[in-house]
Amino acid sequence: MTNYVIWTLLIPLLAGIIMLFIPQRVILQRTISIIASIILLINTVLLVFQIQTEGIQKMELGGWAPPFGIILVGDMLSGLLVLTTALVIIPILIYSFSSIGVEREKKYYYSIFFFLVTGVLGAFLTGDLFNMFVFFEVFLLSSYVLIVHGSTQKQLRESFKYVLINILSSALFVIGVAYLYAVIGTLNMAHLGERIASLTEPAPILTVIALMFLIIFGLKGAIFPLYFWLPASYTAPPTAIGALFGALLTKVGIYAIFRTYSIIFVHDPAYTHTVLGVLAALTMIFGVIGAVAHKDVTKILVYNVIVAVGFVLFGVSTMTEAGYQGAIYYVIHDMIIKAALFLLIGALVTVGGTKYLKQMGGIIKYHPALGWLFLVAVFALVGIPPLSGFIGKVLLIQGGTTVGDYWIVFLMMVASLLVLYSMIRIFLQGFYGKSVLSSKEEHGTTKGLLFPISLLIALSVLLGIGAEFLYPFVQTATEVLLQPELYINAVLKE
Amino acid sequence: MKLNDIVIQTTTKFVLFIILAFSIFIFFNGHHHPGGGFIGGLMTSAAITLLLLAFDFETVKRILPIDFKILTASGMLIATLTGMGGLVFGGPFLSHTFGYVHLPFFGEVELATALLFDLGVYFVVVGSALTIIEMIGGDQ
Amino acid sequence: MEILMSVIAGILFMVGTYLILSKNMIRIVLGTNFISHGAHILILTMAGLKTGAPPLLGLEATNYTDPLPQALILTAIVISFGVTAFFLVLGYRTYKVTGTDNTDGLRGPDSYD
Repeated sequence: MTNYVIWTLLIPLLAGIIMLFIPQRVILQRTISIIASIILLINTVLLVFQIQTEGIQKMELGGWAPPFGIILVGDMLSGLLVLTTALVIIPILIYSFSSIGVEREKKYYYSIFFFLVTGVLGAFLTGDLFNMFVFFEVFLLSSYVLIVHGSTQKQLRESFKYVLINILSSALFVIGVAYLYAVIGTLNMAHLGERIASLTEPAPILTVIALMFLIIFGLKGAIFPLYFWLPASYTAPPTAIGALFGALLTKVGIYAIFRTYSIIFVHDPAYTHTVLGVLAALTMIFGVIGAVAHKDVTKILVYNVIVAVGFVLFGVSTMTEAGYQGAIYYVIHDMIIKAALFLLIGALVTVGGTKYLKQMGGIIKYHPALGWLFLVAVFALVGIPPLSGFIGKVLLIQGGTTVGDYWIVFLMMVASLLVLYSMIRIFLQGFYGKSVLSSKEEHGTTKGLLFPISLLIALSVLLGIGAEFLYPFVQTATEVLLQPELYINAVLKE
Repeated sequence: MKLNDIVIQTTTKFVLFIILAFSIFIFFNGHHHPGGGFIGGLMTSAAITLLLLAFDFETVKRILPIDFKILTASGMLIATLTGMGGLVFGGPFLSHTFGYVHLPFFGEVELATALLFDLGVYFVVVGSALTIIEMIGGDQ
Repeated sequence: MEILMSVIAGILFMVGTYLILSKNMIRIVLGTNFISHGAHILILTMAGLKTGAPPLLGLEATNYTDPLPQALILTAIVISFGVTAFFLVLGYRTYKVTGTDNTDGLRGPDSYD
């Protein structure tokens, strides 16, 4: 029996290493990267079906049994996120071919791209907290390189702050691990969960550590009030890199909160999960305020990334079946639709030559496909049925009402409406409206950009229509989250 | 400004080989005792940095015609492939084995596949450390 | 001994924070380095200092020191080595391109949009 868990990491790693040898052969690099991502996709599809039929998959690295060795665990939550990652990187790669420029491609762009993917997939699959730190560093180092790749003045300026923030949060991660190891004496997530669940007396220090991890992962996942670095950093690099970051990086932070707050830190949910819920609500509010206030299309989009973080975390904080299911649906939907929107906005800026709403208008006249795709993407983002955002939001609301968080549910609906307003403003002013440019004055073409965007939009529509098909998988994932014993037993006892 | 660097150049010619020999000793020492690929690699790159300090870039490039980026990449490839060796033989990723071999001159020697992995680490460390030094020092 | 180590970790965090709050890039880089080393010392202290023989094969002892924190620190040191090197080169490149190593001088017309 093939172990798909380890191949999920090895395929992008090997692809990245091979491409380090051939920085000058651009066409060959493109071929390798697209082949590698397709193999990765097939591998992850097989992984998901294997988890569905045979239960949680694991890989003991070096043959050391847990809790002594590092273990990779593929449960359904990881599996679904890994599958979505593999789906999302293909259109971003295709978009890179025609937009990133040969100069950057010769400077190890694809290698670093695949190292980043390796880090993200590793963070999704690992079953050990310190190993998660290592994979965090793998994708962070790659993201440092990508964010400064090409070293324009703006990129250099923003990346210095981005690197500083992330080095500090990594140091905090190490400190958090140290505290946890001192208190519990293990770092294997299943073992941690087992030991914390068997505590007989309350341990307030654990609550402190839980909040510390919330800060660490919150810095990565951009929750309130730790999202301040995100808007400037994600708009500095080229579109394809921005899309990769917007689709994947914040989701790793969310996944880490999801995992730790469902398996490890369940000793005092009345406190920790309330804090999480309140922070989620504040994240929605402040994210949506930023989205409405800005007149720069890239900034509007970036603040929408923050709103989505709030939605998912709210689902996590409810600790109900519907809330978890909603969070999983929404995070999958958000990875796809945020990548699509980043690429769409990138194409809009390329064509319009400006990112300020006031200076653009009437793009749809010469680019009807781009305009209508954008409208569909906006509807999907907001969750108009039958598009992909709908089912996630319905389940989130259901989860929220079950536990009686009515005011957060209300805030969520208001935030959704304002998200619609902020995005539809781009459509009305940027795409619709009076033409500012004639077809000859345009600053770039959409040649080669429309195909990856339509791939992502098609995926989003499929996710909306095929929600029923996906449901059993989401249900499997939720079962493990609701009953941590399943995860713990699968890792430690078999 | 032209400094008189006869002292450092002469010293380097002696010291360099001592450092290199010691770094290789540290590298092989790593299986059961303190040492290993990382620290051995750092020591080797320190030796080459000393060479860079004493002489100039062109000279060092002539002595060591190696592309350090390729060295880093091959190190990563060696380490990953060693890890995958475990998969080929049906074990988990990164699993290692060892055996005793009788070599002429050395006698009975323990050889472990972990050494191959460490060789990869060594290459990565030497390659990346020298790439960084080349990048900062190279454009002055 | 644990108390002394905790104090040292605290001093390292203090120095690192002070350096990061300054405007000079090289000081910021050094500050992050201090903070990472503070975190490493903290791991070592939190897991308990030497309690027995070194965990090596061939040593006959009843009590061994926990080797895991040292492995964790080694990993963290290697990572912080790489990150610091990158950060240093990044600061150097920024200095080359923008002509200043003062973070105030990094502000450009772009940052107000």
